[in-house]
Amino acid sequence: MTQTPHAETTIEALHHVIDIADLSLRFETRDGPVQALSNIDLKVERGEFVSFIGPSGCGKTTLLRAIADLETPTGGALRVNGMSAHEARMNRAYGYVFQAPALYPWRTVADNIALPLEIMGYPKFERDQRVAEGLELVNLSGFGKKFPWQLSGGMQQRASIARALSFDPELLLMDEPFGALDEIVRDMLNQQLLRLWDKTRKTVLFVTHSIPEAVFLSTRIVVMSPRPGRIQDVIETGFPRQRPLDIRETPEFLEIANRVRHGLRAGHSYDD
Amino acid sequence: MKNVLPVTIVLVALFALWYGAAALMNASLQEDAFANAGDTNYTTGELVAAALEMERPKLPAPHQIAAELYKLVIETPPTSKRGLVYHAAITLEETVIGFVFGAAFGIGLAVLIQSTRILERSMMPWIVASQTVPIIALAPMIVVILNQFDITGLAPKAVIAAYLSFFPVTVGMVKGFRSPDPLQIDLMRTYSATQGQTFAKLRAPASAPYFFASMQIGAAAALVGAVVAEVTKSEDGGLGARLLAGSYYGQTVQIWAALFAATALSAALVGLIALAGRIVLRRMAFSR
Amino acid sequence: MNARAADLAPPLLFGLVVLAAWEVGVKLLGVPAIILPAPSAILLRLVSSTPTLAADFLQTIRGVLAGYAIGSGAGLAVAILIDRSPFLQRGLLPLGNFVSALPIVGVAPIMVMWFGFDWQSKAAVVVVMTFFPMLVNATVGLAGAGPMERDLMMTYAADYSQTLRMLRLPAAAPFIFNALKINTTLAMIGAIVAEFFGTPTVGMGFRISTEVGHLSIDMVWATIVVAALTGSAFYALVNLIERRVTFWHASYRTRGN
Repeated sequence: MTQTPHAETTIEALHHVIDIADLSLRFETRDGPVQALSNIDLKVERGEFVSFIGPSGCGKTTLLRAIADLETPTGGALRVNGMSAHEARMNRAYGYVFQAPALYPWRTVADNIALPLEIMGYPKFERDQRVAEGLELVNLSGFGKKFPWQLSGGMQQRASIARALSFDPELLLMDEPFGALDEIVRDMLNQQLLRLWDKTRKTVLFVTHSIPEAVFLSTRIVVMSPRPGRIQDVIETGFPRQRPLDIRETPEFLEIANRVRHGLRAGHSYDD
Repeated sequence: MKNVLPVTIVLVALFALWYGAAALMNASLQEDAFANAGDTNYTTGELVAAALEMERPKLPAPHQIAAELYKLVIETPPTSKRGLVYHAAITLEETVIGFVFGAAFGIGLAVLIQSTRILERSMMPWIVASQTVPIIALAPMIVVILNQFDITGLAPKAVIAAYLSFFPVTVGMVKGFRSPDPLQIDLMRTYSATQGQTFAKLRAPASAPYFFASMQIGAAAALVGAVVAEVTKSEDGGLGARLLAGSYYGQTVQIWAALFAATALSAALVGLIALAGRIVLRRMAFSR
Repeated sequence: MNARAADLAPPLLFGLVVLAAWEVGVKLLGVPAIILPAPSAILLRLVSSTPTLAADFLQTIRGVLAGYAIGSGAGLAVAILIDRSPFLQRGLLPLGNFVSALPIVGVAPIMVMWFGFDWQSKAAVVVVMTFFPMLVNATVGLAGAGPMERDLMMTYAADYSQTLRMLRLPAAAPFIFNALKINTTLAMIGAIVAEFFGTPTVGMGFRISTEVGHLSIDMVWATIVVAALTGSAFYALVNLIERRVTFWHASYRTRGN
């Protein structure tokens, strides 16, 4: 992946990648209005790995979709890369990874990774180069000519990550990407994702259900609670950029996981 | 229900287009008619108005068809052979009798097919393949052969109606009987249910949506069969015979009126079955 | 390949048994030829009357193919045209479904009046019959692309034509081919029945209706055999193309991949 030079001017440093102030989002449903998000304040710096964790209905996916300009907020301010969310989307500022691979079954894996590049008008030789780099980045070299349904679930999701990164966006938005996979595959993909993040220096926003996954991957964890969707707690993890899987046994890890769990319980009564 | 407004607007637009097309298509014929009558002084408005009232137009205007329908349905007594009610009744009788037999036979064959693997594997490919064959081509032959056996009048047409409706019903019902989840069938096996019990308690109820869907297709097919059979032997009357007569004598408006009647009949039959289906399926909790 | 042979054996055997029983039964029971000729007699007629049958086939197939291409093409074109207007879709789809269930074949005399006796009027009937199944299926297919896949296109800021070309049309292919298959049968029926209403002295429908009048039932059967083979071959051809174009669809993958 061609590395964009990292500008370290003070203006750049002050420029938050994501700047959210007092954000609200209300859905009108058949059973009346639902306050999906309420008074969200959040600033994300370049290079962070921020996880959003919370029970169903806490708005974490809605927040991610609002940042992606796939949902429209009903109140507050949201800036991505200093622009409005819509402008950011038009400028192809981010790559999005869904809960399912969402690869197009009539395209080979290589053609799937090339899909955004075709849309954005990259010339063929550059497309081929980026596809090859992408396959290597997620350890799928040699599978380019296969079709998605010939790959396992984990491999398909890796392909979808390669696709999200093929046009080199600064920002990576991931919505429970590993939720449908078994634990062993999940562990492996967590490690791969961490290595990828360390290597490419992207800013990652990651929605998950899993406390260990959130604590393992993130520099910061945003704990959310439902009805209405709001931020319950924000926890800095302070782990080094390169960390092994058995960091999950350390007392520091367990302490942070407990804090997350506590935050989840506080915001969500199980009697509902 | 939210479709009512768009459908209405589209229908109104189509209506308007029809009038426009009628005026356009009949214009040259009408101009010739004016010329023949020595009339050279007419405005466009008069041309359009006359074009929409022609006796043998290329395309009748909707109100002409409506007027003809009124004449043939309301003003003519139902027993008169000049009226549409008489012929529609003939077609309806052939369709319903044929459809009932065809559907019954089709369901029976479907029950038989799904009960034995060997029957299914040897017969289903033929039944499915028969759907790619224009079975309607057999209609004239069946009418003539049955006539050789002195089976005349309504019966041959009903036979063809039955024949055309039987195939879609069989295919649909076999699909319906095979529709339950393998998990549900396994459950029956854990109860040591007999094949008959599995059929009565699982397969038959599960096939209800397929039943109503294939009944609709079968009814429409039966009507087409009856109409085409009547074209083959038009002495016995029916809407198909009216279509043919109108075609022979160049009575355009008569053709359209007969076509409209056949269409209305088909829509009514299919609609009734659909309505019955909706009621029954709702009670069976297949739809909400 | 062994599995394919095992699939074909039961229906083939069944068909052969039926043919044999037919041949023997007709001879044994002394069934007159004007009621039901033996398969051997039909075969004889097929061979001896090949020029006539070929001419009939060529006449009818012109109407079939022309009508099929125009009707299906127009249905697809209109589906794409109304794709940008949910309002028009909500108005046209119920109508399209409704019209599909009607005895459209009845427009044959009207088409003869407009387009004359020759194959053009038959093509016109086929156009009317094949337009609506394609319109309905293509519209449903174009709407069927998954929400995730469509969101993906939005994250790429893809415009309407890119999304249509790269996502929605390929995703609609199974539906479009479903209509194309249905339309092969409708096209055959339309052309043949239209010929019952009036045609120059050639064509499969013409042959059937006139030979029936002469009680030459073996000729009628011979024509029916030609019609049946044509219909099946047409369907099989479209089926083959479908397999190649929509190889990726779930229905082809159940046989283990």
